[in-house]
Amino acid sequence: MRDVAVLGVGQTKFGELWDRSFREIGIEAGLQALVDAKLSSADLGGLYLGNMASGSLLEQEHIAPLILDYAGLSGRHLPAVRVEGGGASGSLALHQGYLAVASGQYDFVVVGGAEKMTDVVEATANQIVSATADHEWEVVFGATLPALWALIARRHMHEFGTTREQLARVAVHDHEMASKNPLAHYRNKLSLEQVVGAGEVAEPLGVLDCAPLSDGAAAVVLGPLETAKRHTDTPIRIAASEVACDTMAVQHREKTTTLQSTVVAAEHAFRRARRAPSDVRVAEVHDAYTISALLALEDLGFVEKGKAGPEFASGRFGMNGSLTVNPSGGLKAQGRPFGAVGVAQVVEVVRQLRGEGKDRQVAGAALGLTHDVGGTGATSVVHLLERVN
Amino acid sequence: MSVARFWRETPRRYNLGGSKCTNCNTVYFPPRSVCPTCPSHRSTLEKMVPFQLSGDGTVYSFTVVHDAAEGFEMQVPYIVALVKTVEGPMLTGQVVDLAPADVKIGLRVRATFRKLREEGAAGVIHYGYKFAPAAEAGAGPEPRGRLAPVAGSPTGSSDRAPA
Amino acid sequence: MEAGIVSYGAYVPRYRITPGEIGRVWGVDGEGMGQGLNVIRKSVPAPDEDTITISTEALRVALARGGIDPQTIGALYVGSESHPYAVKPTATVVASAVGATPNLTAADFEFACKAGTAAIQTCLGLVGAEMIRYGVAIGTDTSQGAPGDALEYSASAGGAAFVIGREHVIARVRHTLSYTTDTPDFWRREGQRYPSHGGRFTGEPAYFRHVTECAKQMFARAGTGPTDYAHVVFHQPNGKFPQRVGKQLGFTEAQMKYGLVTPYIGNTYSGAALIGLSNVLDHAAAGERVLMVGYGSGAGSDAFDFDVTDEITNYDRTFGRPVQDFLDPGVEIPYSVYAKFRGKIHLGGS
Repeated sequence: MRDVAVLGVGQTKFGELWDRSFREIGIEAGLQALVDAKLSSADLGGLYLGNMASGSLLEQEHIAPLILDYAGLSGRHLPAVRVEGGGASGSLALHQGYLAVASGQYDFVVVGGAEKMTDVVEATANQIVSATADHEWEVVFGATLPALWALIARRHMHEFGTTREQLARVAVHDHEMASKNPLAHYRNKLSLEQVVGAGEVAEPLGVLDCAPLSDGAAAVVLGPLETAKRHTDTPIRIAASEVACDTMAVQHREKTTTLQSTVVAAEHAFRRARRAPSDVRVAEVHDAYTISALLALEDLGFVEKGKAGPEFASGRFGMNGSLTVNPSGGLKAQGRPFGAVGVAQVVEVVRQLRGEGKDRQVAGAALGLTHDVGGTGATSVVHLLERVN
Repeated sequence: MSVARFWRETPRRYNLGGSKCTNCNTVYFPPRSVCPTCPSHRSTLEKMVPFQLSGDGTVYSFTVVHDAAEGFEMQVPYIVALVKTVEGPMLTGQVVDLAPADVKIGLRVRATFRKLREEGAAGVIHYGYKFAPAAEAGAGPEPRGRLAPVAGSPTGSSDRAPA
Repeated sequence: MEAGIVSYGAYVPRYRITPGEIGRVWGVDGEGMGQGLNVIRKSVPAPDEDTITISTEALRVALARGGIDPQTIGALYVGSESHPYAVKPTATVVASAVGATPNLTAADFEFACKAGTAAIQTCLGLVGAEMIRYGVAIGTDTSQGAPGDALEYSASAGGAAFVIGREHVIARVRHTLSYTTDTPDFWRREGQRYPSHGGRFTGEPAYFRHVTECAKQMFARAGTGPTDYAHVVFHQPNGKFPQRVGKQLGFTEAQMKYGLVTPYIGNTYSGAALIGLSNVLDHAAAGERVLMVGYGSGAGSDAFDFDVTDEITNYDRTFGRPVQDFLDPGVEIPYSVYAKFRGKIHLGGS
């Protein structure tokens, strides 16, 4: 297995893209990444596309060859594979793309993530995303995806004393970060009072504790590290790409307040990269719900179990903290096109490691982490990315 | 409209028919064909037997849902809970016959039988378990009857033997 | 005959609405309506309750109390005029939910408010002919009156289940007889949401004629008079009709007391007489004799002469609520919530 590098990145605006179709946003991100990688499509080996629910949202399955076709590449008869794992689809596509290049069978692949969530009304979209939980034993009994995370949040509050305000701080932080991100769905800053006082979704989570439904696409170009300098002055090595799974339903978890899939994926990633959580300077973690972010910090190994609430509130994970979390604004503020977020997280971390973060630059970032989750934690994917000199 | 997918699960959804591994005595709901606990999963293929849950449990966590799942709009705000059954398995279900302000972790509940959702005005009606507050110990009769014994399973409770 | 009631269970949903609240919406003296009908409050089913769920709750209690193995049930009938499906029986879902399937016969009955008592008679026949060991007869309704109509003040939801057999009988049936005619006092055409009725025609030529004739024929068959019975239960579309017919037949208020439940829960249609009978059985002593005369529009009456046996002293009541719990005030709701729960608000779409 050879080392793999990210050679180029691309991303569309995230938001309600009424005038853009799924094909258009997929191609925009992919083309941007190819241009950024100075890669001719003649050298492209294939496409891995992360997408959660194009069938239910757009009545269109089989979308990987569709994107290649509309990118003008059908005549090259390249392989194109769609990868799905709920909200972790984008990261899983990256994992597959990474293995494809590492194995030596392919030299250059584009990994994309794309989702169009606003072509159906919100109630329909919310029902569709609940399909990433256990439909037969959770959803049919009235549990929505936010309701399941709310069950986890209530238990976390009961076991560790986490407060409503501590949850809300995650949203405040994300919006603060996204205010500097021109691609973000939401760029408005929020106050703690606004988040706590927002309408209820599934108590204790309110509207502003939950990531929005967004359209968007992101893409990266992967290639062998060995020849990366031909394509970019700042190749970023994938130091680890790990996937771990757990039970489908929250009710079957060993501990309601721990995502074992995240714990294991992170342990494997740090072991493979021969690094520790304390080496990470910038991280994009799964903050689909405010509780998800607190759990992520604990399960990734950045804070002790139960302590994420007070630790986050202390500012440790802000711009000037020892580890900056979600400089993009995260799923909450940058947006949550389900299949795209895992790739967008990598785009952000790569830009940070390259020093292209502009007014959101995390100083001295050399090792970055991305963390993506499917459903309520049945899948977790952790990537470690490092700047090479 | 999905007819078979729901019909297939009615023994589980109506009566909490689970399974038990006769090797390690762990009870599962929904039922499993392989025991995830035993070190040799494959050897448990012949060891899983039907097991009837009583429907008794306590609330382990709860949320009050305001943004309803499809089909539950008429019941907003409604309580969804993780219920830890006395036999061990944890279930997800609605808690009914209780004001949202009164639900708390540790509340004793018992399974009851309610409508889950309708597939529109012309489609099939789906029924299944929800949970209602159980009688406090020594405070009068248990409001609900018993769940139906799963065919071939020990009932776990002593029914008076019919004459 | 040897057969009779082996076990029983009743269930009434927890929500209540008062006639005063209903009248307020329609610009009518609702409290006056309530007084005229002798209905203090009526039950309202939650959006997730219907005739199938209520019947199941009631039967689960009956089976638990009687310690009855559901696989020994040979027949299960549910009588209602508000079955959730027009085609697909309530009885099969209930049978599945209590574990009685697959070795039994089942069907739904309809005869307005006497569908449940008709089911009891059918079970008595099957048990008596030794075709089955136990039969289940259930009467349940979640009926509605048209908004603003007189029936809206009384139409409510509830049900009761009876296990009929020959073993450990707590109320043996001495006699049962019926009086049936083609009388169009109250009806609902296929596809119509709400029933129609003949106004005052529903009184003397319908309810009173059939109940009275049936009761008198029962007295003749049984060789009894009103004083032979400790308790009497009539069908009770409101709280006034049964009191009047009871008095006309020579019964006292004390005899009618436990059987009269409509003032507290409204008219549960197919459940009404059966919930009244359940309340009587909650209070009856061994050796007492009970008369029940049901009535269903269309029209007919079924009468039953019961002997309460010694078995009632051993009857297990650790499951199920006493009927009195349901007669106590429940959770009161305003008309707006009632209309939402009962689907009276047009939601649009398909």
